[in-house]
Amino acid sequence: MVNFDKVTFEYIRRDEEGNVESINKALDEIDLDVKKGDFIAILGANGSGKSTLARHINALLTPTEGTVYIEGLDSKDEDNHLKIRQKTGMVFQNPDNQIIASLVEEDVGFGPENIGVPTKEIWERVAFALDKVGMTAYREKSPNNLSGGQKQRVAIAGILAMKPECIVLDEPTAMLDPKGRREVIETITELNKNEDITIILITHYMTEVIGADKIFVMNKGNIKLSGTPREIFKEVDLLKEYQLDVPQVTEIAHRLRQKGMNLPECVLTVDELVEALATGDRG
Amino acid sequence: MSLILDKINYYYGKGTAFETAALKNISLTIPDGEFIGLIGHTGSGKSTLIQHMNGLIKADSGSIYFNGQDIYDKDFKMTELRRKVGLVFQYPEHQLFEATVIKDVLYGPTNMGLDKLKAEVLAYGSLRAVGISEDLLDASPFELSGGQKRRVAIAGILAMNPEILILDEPTAGLDPMGRFEILNLLKAIHEAKGITVILVSHSMEDVAEFAERLIVIDDGEIKYDDEPRKVFAHAEDLRKMGLEVPQCTELMGRLADRGLDVDRNCLTIDEAVESILNGNRRK
Ligand SMILES: Nc1ncnc2c1ncn2[C@@H]1O[C@H](COP(=O)(O)OP(=O)(O)OP(=O)(O)O)[C@@H](O)[C@H]1O
Ligand SMILES: Nc1ncnc2c1ncn2[C@@H]1O[C@H](COP(=O)(O)OP(=O)(O)OP(=O)(O)O)[C@@H](O)[C@H]1O
Ligand SMILES: [Mg+2]
Ligand SMILES: [Mg+2]
Repeated sequence: MVNFDKVTFEYIRRDEEGNVESINKALDEIDLDVKKGDFIAILGANGSGKSTLARHINALLTPTEGTVYIEGLDSKDEDNHLKIRQKTGMVFQNPDNQIIASLVEEDVGFGPENIGVPTKEIWERVAFALDKVGMTAYREKSPNNLSGGQKQRVAIAGILAMKPECIVLDEPTAMLDPKGRREVIETITELNKNEDITIILITHYMTEVIGADKIFVMNKGNIKLSGTPREIFKEVDLLKEYQLDVPQVTEIAHRLRQKGMNLPECVLTVDELVEALATGDRG
Repeated sequence: MSLILDKINYYYGKGTAFETAALKNISLTIPDGEFIGLIGHTGSGKSTLIQHMNGLIKADSGSIYFNGQDIYDKDFKMTELRRKVGLVFQYPEHQLFEATVIKDVLYGPTNMGLDKLKAEVLAYGSLRAVGISEDLLDASPFELSGGQKRRVAIAGILAMNPEILILDEPTAGLDPMGRFEILNLLKAIHEAKGITVILVSHSMEDVAEFAERLIVIDDGEIKYDDEPRKVFAHAEDLRKMGLEVPQCTELMGRLADRGLDVDRNCLTIDEAVESILNGNRRK
């Protein structure tokens, strides 16, 4: 679905006369292969290149060197941009900046209308999308009166109405309360399972990625680690070098193991640790 | 440097069809030198409340006293309040405006009338403290990654040496280690200079670990104002308000429910590990 072949991207800063002042290599020969229906997560320090990578997936940016293919479409060819943007939708951090219309249903219908979908089909898509994110009851409400988590679900519905094959979410939960965060993660998990939509999630909340099929860890424009959540989160010390962390329960289990307790190597959820401690042999 | 809020009410869109009561009868006393956490669901009124504290928003009714002086008195010097009560905005984009990072951070101290050298010492020192490397000093603040913008916005307020430091979700968008570093920096400043810190956050883990007093606001009303440990003992009630308890607190509650001899009110990883290894000493 998404293929990066040795992708390098440089932000070039110029002064008023157009002379190059500095070059910042934000992506450095990135190879990435995301299969249709995958749920992948991208972790990494501030400035490591996550958003830059994300913007390549829907051709907001194109590589300085190397090639990005979206379902075989080369993003360097501008004729492909419209098709690429129909296949891949983006959700950003700030829910307020993503809402445009004064009614929820108009907001969700805005995208399809913009690309010339016939009116009858627009309303079908709006109904479908709102149903999928659990916001049908708010159809005729003003988005301004929704909670942050609800606004993000409306933003996701707006993308869904475009019938994308892939949704890229760049820190969609950063401004949300705990309930809103849970709602967004549940929503995208269901879209991935039930609608087979490819999900690419960028986040700084470690607990949000434990359900991903695969995690990529970025550092200074490179992908340093990749693997299942259990493979990644057992690297407690290495992750800290990359400015990352592990979920609290993972850290607790890790420390208990170091003290000699007999626990599984990488615990990811509260349930797992409760079971291990309440029923197991405690070393 | 005490701040007293007495029966504050505030409405957005007063007198229009969209009138919303954002703050309802809020009374709070903020004495010298506390580290306060402020939590609440999205739209609960946190940002509205803290903007009252440095006079950016004027209450529709009620009074605010800064060191005993009524800030709505016509003789009161609002500029003085803005200088002493530093506020880091929720969205860095609302705060950053200069052409370069260093100019942005120099703006506050320069505007306070400090000479160039003193202002520079403060600006460079603050940028270093928040982890902005020197090669970014001449970059435009708008060409930074999300987390880098956040750090520059924090540095800009730190450079003004405020006596009360209010931060609206300062760790949103920071990588996990950066989050930890910034919180430790706030703690160090709080301890070294005795300044009051008010931290608005959606991370239960952060306020559990760093706040000495925790205020919970729900639909514009104060629901709890107590030690974090006492507040987080109300897990069910917090969930109803869209909040949570820290993951380690949830774990310990579940273990205690299963009959293990552990302290269900642990707030940090250290406390949880200690209690699992050595049993419940707090009883
Ligand atoms: N518009 C821009 N112009 C110039 N440089 C930029 C621009 N946007 C980002 N950069 C730089 O490119 C690098 C990668 O930034 P990017 O936004 O991809 O990081 P990120 O991993 O998304 O970080 P964060 O976690 O803080 O959002 C950083 O060094 C950043 O300063
Ligand atoms: N400029 C505005 N105009 C109208 N209503 C507003 C405005 N700003 C905030 N509100 C409303 O006032 C209430 C309180 O908003 P506020 O921004 O203080 O909440 P918050 O607790 O900071 O939320 P969040 O966690 O999302 O930042 C909400 O219902 C919000 O929709
Ligand atoms: Mg980013
Ligand atoms: Mg707010």
